[in-house]
Amino acid sequence: MEKIIKGKAFVFDANIDTDQIYPGRFLDLTDPEDVAKHAMEGADPNFVRTVKKGDLIVASTNFGCGSSREHAAVTLKAAGIGAILADSFGRIFYRNAINLGIPAIVCPDIRSSVSKGDLLSVNVASGEIINETTGAILKAQPFSPYVMSILDNGGIKSLVKGQLQEQGLK
Amino acid sequence: MAMTLAEKIFKTHLKDEPFPGTKVLNIDVVLCHEITTPIAINDLVARGKDRVFDTNRIKVVIDHVSPAKDSQTALQGKILRDWVRRHKIKDFFDIGQNGVCHSIFPEKGFIRPGNTVIMGDSHTCTHGAFGAFAAGVGTTDLEVGILKGVCSFRDPETIRVNLNGRLPEGVYSKDLILKVIKTLTVKGATDCVIEFHGDVVKGLSMESRMTLCNMAVEAGGTSGVCMPDEVTLDYLWPFISGDYKDKKAALEEFKKWWSDEGCKYAKVVDIDVSDMEPQVTFGYKPDQVKNVTEMAGTLVDQIYIGSCTNGRMEDLKIAASYVKGKKIAPLVRAIVSPATTEIFRQAEANGIIKIFLDAGFCVTNPTCGACLGMSNGVLAEGEVCASTTNRNFNGRMGKGGMVHLMSPAVAAVTAIEGKIADPRKFRKEAI
Repeated sequence: MEKIIKGKAFVFDANIDTDQIYPGRFLDLTDPEDVAKHAMEGADPNFVRTVKKGDLIVASTNFGCGSSREHAAVTLKAAGIGAILADSFGRIFYRNAINLGIPAIVCPDIRSSVSKGDLLSVNVASGEIINETTGAILKAQPFSPYVMSILDNGGIKSLVKGQLQEQGLK
Repeated sequence: MAMTLAEKIFKTHLKDEPFPGTKVLNIDVVLCHEITTPIAINDLVARGKDRVFDTNRIKVVIDHVSPAKDSQTALQGKILRDWVRRHKIKDFFDIGQNGVCHSIFPEKGFIRPGNTVIMGDSHTCTHGAFGAFAAGVGTTDLEVGILKGVCSFRDPETIRVNLNGRLPEGVYSKDLILKVIKTLTVKGATDCVIEFHGDVVKGLSMESRMTLCNMAVEAGGTSGVCMPDEVTLDYLWPFISGDYKDKKAALEEFKKWWSDEGCKYAKVVDIDVSDMEPQVTFGYKPDQVKNVTEMAGTLVDQIYIGSCTNGRMEDLKIAASYVKGKKIAPLVRAIVSPATTEIFRQAEANGIIKIFLDAGFCVTNPTCGACLGMSNGVLAEGEVCASTTNRNFNGRMGKGGMVHLMSPAVAAVTAIEGKIADPRKFRKEAI
């Protein structure tokens, strides 16, 4: 993936649960394009109308707590979100996001350092985050080499597929 | 070295440790339902890998929207049914024999002490009540589980919760877990296993222990866990009696999973329950919990008794003991949804269904429907529901709806009063 992700921040407070990221009443949808239409609908009904490819989600603690529904990660990926930066994440959502190749970046105090619409520059490999609007520089927890390889391949399935091809297996 | 129950399960199920802190585990049981599994199935088919690791260790149910409410949910069921037939998976529970996943799978005896269990459902932590490591996973991890029978996890840290004292009248396991979540907060157990100990837990039935473990995830927990003991053994005995010489031998085997004296806990929490009141949530987070006396009088539109948290026989009995001979308040509606077909059948046979019907309850078939706002009891904007389910998230039971989480006892007396009420002020009838 691109080493530096630049995007405009959409900010959210603590404990944005999976029902706010993707309401349960839409769980009968499976096509990512359809799923994308309801991204963040429970937290910000205007989100899908204003979000642009490469924009970033910045949140306080426990982002994605709640359900295991992978729709919550699919909807953000399909909506074009470049990275999710949060003080902390719910376990299953975090895992789902990484599996799908979305950089879910743990950065303590990120929420208090970013306002809606700030332009951020995120170095995924080093964990350095520059708020270009305010000039503030933050340091996120860097990813392990393995997680970086998942992100570089656009998700765990592509990574494994590539590894199997290298081994001559299908 | 002294180990926790989860550490012992990780050690015995370890397949690989690709890098420090992450372990790939062999999975004993992969559970499936029609919301998260069809996406995995479609992907496996598309990738030419339509295989399952072991037909005997995959258990399948249709529960979330049951029966299907429209052609889209019917398609989700169809994908699951076709897959079950294709792979000859024998443990499949379709409508008419089904139940809410975390109620029906234990009822069939599928979960044993020391097991590793995954499912594409966050309340999979329920099964830790049997002394298993049971965790909810996303569809991608589920897909790997279906194909290879493995799943990777971070090394588990464990929080020990000691529940001691005497459980007061009118206070049940739902109240205990709401109190625990209030104490730990909604993120206090993230990436941790929560072990439940203490005299109170020892005295709880398996059904009550499942309620306790069911909501571990609402504090962020990966799995809730109880030590498998005589109560676990009595529940499982019909399924395992052929595997052991006698009950004593089985119990000795169970005890091997117990956390060792001196094992390392990330945190220890002590709660004395003796002066506890029934608990009720007030906001959109499961840790926003108050005593029932502070919440009494809150008007409600709907009462819902059911779900993987509180739709078991014990829950229906408790609720019925308050409802018997009474009518629900005018202008409220009440729904009771027995969690499995077997529970429905028993409740019919012992007169509990009639008690609810006579009181004016709507009795539905087993389904998760209303709890996650998909079917069978969704709220309109501005409506309030007194519910025995597990999540009060904003919009969970329908856009603009408010959910107050509570025990079946509080829900039952709330139905009678039309506003949140205190079960300790009501007489219980014999069932």
